[in-house]
Amino acid sequence: MTTQTKIVTSRAPVKEAVKDASMVKQKEMMAAHYDRLTSAHETGDKVAATFVPGNLNELIMCFDLLNNLPEVNAIQNGLRRVSGSYVLEAEKIGHSEDVCTYVKSDIGMMAKGNIAPNGKKFPDPNVLLLSYTGCFTFMKWFELLREQYKCETIMLHTPYMGDGKITKNMIDYMVKQLKDEVIPKLERVSGVKFDIDRLREYLKKSTKAEDDLVRVLQSAKSKPSPIDAYFGGIYYIGPIFGAFRGTQDAVDYYKFLREEVEDRLAKGLGPVTPDGDMGKEKYRLVVEGPPNYTSFRQFWKMFYDEGAVVVASSYTKVGGVYDFGFRHNPDKPLETLAEYCLGVYTNRSLPMRIDMLVNYINEYEADGLLINSIKSCNSFSAGQLLMMREVEKRTGKPAAFVESDLVDPRYFSAANIKNRLESYFQMIDQKRAGVDAAA
Amino acid sequence: MATSLNPSATAGIVARASALFEDLSFTSAREWKAAKPGRKVIGYMPIYVPREMIHAAGMLPVGIMGGGDQLEVIHGDAYYQSYICRIPRSTIELGVSGRIDFVDGMLFPSICDVIRNLSGMWKMMFPHVYSHYFDVPQNYRDDIGGNFYANELAELRHDLGELRGKPITDDELRHSIAVYNENRRLVRDLYTFRAERPWQAPAAEVYLMVRAGLVLPVEEHTIMLRDYLAAARAEERPMRDNCRIVLTGMFCEQPPLNLIKSLELSGCYVVDDDLLLVTRWLTGDVEIEGDPLRNLSLAFLHHSESTAAKYEPNQKEKGQHLVRAVKRTSAEGVIFAAPSFCDPALLERPMLQHVLKEAGIPYIAFKYAENSGQMQPIREQAGTFADSIKLWSGA
Repeated sequence: MTTQTKIVTSRAPVKEAVKDASMVKQKEMMAAHYDRLTSAHETGDKVAATFVPGNLNELIMCFDLLNNLPEVNAIQNGLRRVSGSYVLEAEKIGHSEDVCTYVKSDIGMMAKGNIAPNGKKFPDPNVLLLSYTGCFTFMKWFELLREQYKCETIMLHTPYMGDGKITKNMIDYMVKQLKDEVIPKLERVSGVKFDIDRLREYLKKSTKAEDDLVRVLQSAKSKPSPIDAYFGGIYYIGPIFGAFRGTQDAVDYYKFLREEVEDRLAKGLGPVTPDGDMGKEKYRLVVEGPPNYTSFRQFWKMFYDEGAVVVASSYTKVGGVYDFGFRHNPDKPLETLAEYCLGVYTNRSLPMRIDMLVNYINEYEADGLLINSIKSCNSFSAGQLLMMREVEKRTGKPAAFVESDLVDPRYFSAANIKNRLESYFQMIDQKRAGVDAAA
Repeated sequence: MATSLNPSATAGIVARASALFEDLSFTSAREWKAAKPGRKVIGYMPIYVPREMIHAAGMLPVGIMGGGDQLEVIHGDAYYQSYICRIPRSTIELGVSGRIDFVDGMLFPSICDVIRNLSGMWKMMFPHVYSHYFDVPQNYRDDIGGNFYANELAELRHDLGELRGKPITDDELRHSIAVYNENRRLVRDLYTFRAERPWQAPAAEVYLMVRAGLVLPVEEHTIMLRDYLAAARAEERPMRDNCRIVLTGMFCEQPPLNLIKSLELSGCYVVDDDLLLVTRWLTGDVEIEGDPLRNLSLAFLHHSESTAAKYEPNQKEKGQHLVRAVKRTSAEGVIFAAPSFCDPALLERPMLQHVLKEAGIPYIAFKYAENSGQMQPIREQAGTFADSIKLWSGA
């Protein structure tokens, strides 16, 4: 499964980006989804907008609703380099320069016609499912959208794992919200009666896809790693974090992806980058924090040009943490949705997040930790400097810190980041030299 | 111009509150703790914690509101990027510098991602101090959010009971609820008095009076409030030709005292605000009879302040608390003052502004930090706002 397809991406800055077959497959899935969404007014399909962390796609599908994810739209706008104008538009109409740029990209996109990546207009959502998990901004974001769309808004409050554990009170609270608030309101909006067996069937499919995703992510324990678990990882999580978890499409995609990665693994190949196969793996990193999307390819290139591969990342756990054993459980359908929401990365306490990063560095035999701190994302960023020190202390591995933003191009300073990364790689070399000398 | 009947009474009370405010070593709370063996102090951050629970455990609740403009932040800045608000870094500074080393526990309320993450940092940096993220419901149904919250309260009650070595009884809690009901009534009286006669209760004085309640034992604070109200009522002060404004957005990181003074000096009487909400979060008396946890829970669900950290389930209600505050206090405008990088306040602001615009209420907006030193731009902005209200309002 090593077929690689050359595709000319829209607005490709330099040359064609190389994509492996799974990326092509995913691109087709995403395109089909956007077509479904933008033709909703013709097909009569109803639309639920919701968030990636705490995404209840299986439940949404039980009501024949299409899932539209404003975060994913903001990412698409970042990758297509239109988010900058949307952010400016939102600031022009009164939104602060200090707040989340996903929100401003979304608001700005609405103000400029709400055009989807396929060039057609997004439908207005019939319901905003405010599954409020791991980020306070979500709550305000959907209050802002509610003001605009004036549609039903359903709150599902996920308590924070401040003490590092999921309690019975948390699960009971969430299940009760699902039973008595979320489901009845979704029934009312959609006109579809809830069928718990239908939910179970979707959850079974989720579990299959989750198994394969974990196999893919854990392939990075091999040397060389056949995947990049941050830049490449963002492609891998797309379907399962988005509108496909619980679908046969997702099951098929993750089986296909797993086979593709296993094939690379068997051949001892490294990751596929936009410039083709990566050269010799020189540095193995764990990355904390989201990427910058407006200069995504340029950012990635700074890594693979130096032979640096990301073997594990926290961002690829933001829509669900599966690699420590959690799987959706069809036998306890509502409880499992609650447990899923509670366990997403940004809903975990800072000590839990540090434990995860330390675990990744040890398990994946990484050379160190890199934090990409996002200016407008307090959920991720607040506390990262302490995280960095703690991870260094516990692993003995060097850490580095760069800063950028999600989808605001004003906060991507290529020269600064490149300079910082090069210094970091030198630091790793020196550390290795010291270890070798000591040996 | 009328003269004060007893100018020293008000000034004396204000001077004491001012000394408490300026004391970044929390001497009064330290002295309270040292006065009797076994006493414990629990710190808490904005916006709200049920202080009744701490009081019922025989402990002193102490509000940790950051370091203000007098604290030099040296260590705290090493923990935060430049694009994160100021209060967590100065709170870290208070911790690392030993200024709050007498605190036996810290509560971090559910307010934003920064304070939320600070709760985890505290656990790591001060592992021998009880540290708890205090979650509150965003669902306001008795049988859903109410039950969740009552159970969260039960957990806190259990933890504080463990800390003192003896469970907290229902009767202890009922007594504490009664004590805090009285205190909240007086805070409300103070706010009502200021709304009626803002020239006799300047905003900076009211702030200091309320702020004193974050470090004093509640019984002592209640006496202080009563004394201040009596003194302020008795003292005639000159009425200026100021406009009347509601101040909003300051519910977490505190503005410098000079900022509050500057607003009045520039022509704006503050007749309502969202400063130090913990002192009046519950808007009516909490029921004393019956299950105290359920009573606290119901008060939270149905009789608590509206603020950006809360979800408003009803779109029609969004921002109406501000319109009501304007009407209740006969205010002529609203000043949005938010700390830089404050997600809740800044994300909320456009929605509130839309509501005010529809209601025909004028407003202005600016940002600050707890250590803002330059007041001139704020004075100019507030002064222009006051002038425009005076010149162009319906009157």
